[in-house]
Amino acid sequence: MNALGSHRRHPAAIVIVLLLGLVATGGLYSLLAPRPAQAAVASTDQVAEGAKLFLANCASCHGINGKGGKAGAGPNLVGVGAAAVDFQVGTGRMPLSGPSVQPARGKVLFTDAQIAAMGAYVATIGPGPSVPDSQYTKGDGNSARGNELFKVNCAMCHNFVGSGGALTRGKYAPTLRNVSGKHIYEAMVTGPQSMPVFNDQNIAPTDKNDIVTYLQEINKSKNPGGLSLGNLGPVSEGMFVWVFGLTLMIGAAVWLGSKAA
Amino acid sequence: MLVPVGHEGASGVPERFSNPGLPPHVPRSADLDEGAARRAEKQVATLFGVSMVATLIFLVAYFTIDVGTNQFIPGIGLANLSNIVLGLTLAVSLLCIGLGAVHWAKTLMPDTEVAEDRHPQRSSDEARSEAVATLAAGGDASQLARRPLIKYSLGGALGLFALPLVVQLAGGLGPLPKADLSTTFWRKGMRLMRDPGMTPIKASDVTLGSVFHVLPEGIDKSEHVLEEKAKASVILISLEPALIQVPKERAWGHEGIVAYSKICSHVGCPVGLYEQQTHHLLCPCHQSTFDVTKDCEVIFGPAKRPLPQLEITVDAEGYLVAASPFREPVGPSFWERG
Repeated sequence: MNALGSHRRHPAAIVIVLLLGLVATGGLYSLLAPRPAQAAVASTDQVAEGAKLFLANCASCHGINGKGGKAGAGPNLVGVGAAAVDFQVGTGRMPLSGPSVQPARGKVLFTDAQIAAMGAYVATIGPGPSVPDSQYTKGDGNSARGNELFKVNCAMCHNFVGSGGALTRGKYAPTLRNVSGKHIYEAMVTGPQSMPVFNDQNIAPTDKNDIVTYLQEINKSKNPGGLSLGNLGPVSEGMFVWVFGLTLMIGAAVWLGSKAA
Repeated sequence: MLVPVGHEGASGVPERFSNPGLPPHVPRSADLDEGAARRAEKQVATLFGVSMVATLIFLVAYFTIDVGTNQFIPGIGLANLSNIVLGLTLAVSLLCIGLGAVHWAKTLMPDTEVAEDRHPQRSSDEARSEAVATLAAGGDASQLARRPLIKYSLGGALGLFALPLVVQLAGGLGPLPKADLSTTFWRKGMRLMRDPGMTPIKASDVTLGSVFHVLPEGIDKSEHVLEEKAKASVILISLEPALIQVPKERAWGHEGIVAYSKICSHVGCPVGLYEQQTHHLLCPCHQSTFDVTKDCEVIFGPAKRPLPQLEITVDAEGYLVAASPFREPVGPSFWERG
């Protein structure tokens, strides 16, 4: 029997094998995961350039006219407006790198001018919400009122401090930490993915600015109680206590019960 | 186990196990070697010393660190320095007292195993008969057996005296709930108001895919605002009318806009997580899932009943109003509801 084989019955062996398996799977995934194809075309006219970019990057799923692809492909873009394009492409969710339950925030593949061009083109397919005026996304509003609005309208999915949370079947409400005010505003008016729409009649633009203000306040907040554990509430806190607290207790019990040398 | 010779049964198993007694005492190194004992003594003293140092740091930190100071701490991030230092020093100080005491007991205090025999608990026969005689003499002297009138009237007085205690206890449980559990603040004709702004909602404002969190008109001026909110909260959802699969749901809504109680029928959490694409309404507490296109039928989770729908319509000015109060109690089950 060789040296390695002699340790295979060691109590730590199963843990080490599991860890190795996880590391190998994760490493292979990051190497082999589908990556977005990159294509960019330049032009002078904004809508015409947007149309070209759309054809090159979006039309394979959303259809040549943006009216949606075959069943199961991308949705109809009539009426989603420039705000939806700015949100989806500006946060790197689109173009989609591969089929998944829900597109995740990722690397932004286009310049601001290219995103604006695609937005201008999509807005011509059908009128929809436009990119918000910067005066409503600066975050110079009333954060206390923003907190009140956030608690009623947003906190049930996005967590009380915007850490995000789980939905059904692998879908999730993403974290709102360090998301720009413009994208927060656009998500509210367009209702991306599972999120419902909060139009300007429901939450007025100044109220949306208050919500942005609250979230920016949260981004700056300290951890007065020490380790925040992701501000996820009872799940991560319970997990921490079960793993570390219980290990500590068992260790203490073993030490107390053992005889001195 | 060691089996003493001569006790083995037919199959090699002993007929009766003899008491093996205590294992032989193994002396510790501190028992045999004065140097080891002195080392242990020093270790215990060091632990107590560390505790003293931590306590002193606590006292210094309490007075010198400003409570507003924030400091970047690796692994934690920006955190309140005062809280962190006070917590850590207090923990170390108490922990080292405990560790020192346990180490002291394990290394230096006597550890020889001692067995203590049990003694019979029964009193002597004389003492027992004497006790019986004393009780019987007392019973005779009180003449309880001879005078039944006293016996029964005393029983009645003591028995009745228990009632005031029971009545106070039951009365202290609070007033009966009356119809509070079955009714909400909603009345016919009340406008649906935005929470928390308390402004009325025009039907034309509720665009497709929208969700409004709604309270009844005037609830902010009611006597017990929080109690009323906990029952009357409503979620207003705008669906494609063709998606609605239950005729009653479509009839009780307004052009695809439907209003449902936000209070989960499981244990009353606010059901607020609405997935726009699947039209599922999710409870954050126990993941009960309701399908809004099927009259909020339960499709997953511990809830047993669908969410009650609030019948809505529009008034002359185009604002959404309740066409009727809730027709069934909202929220979790209770005794009378079953």
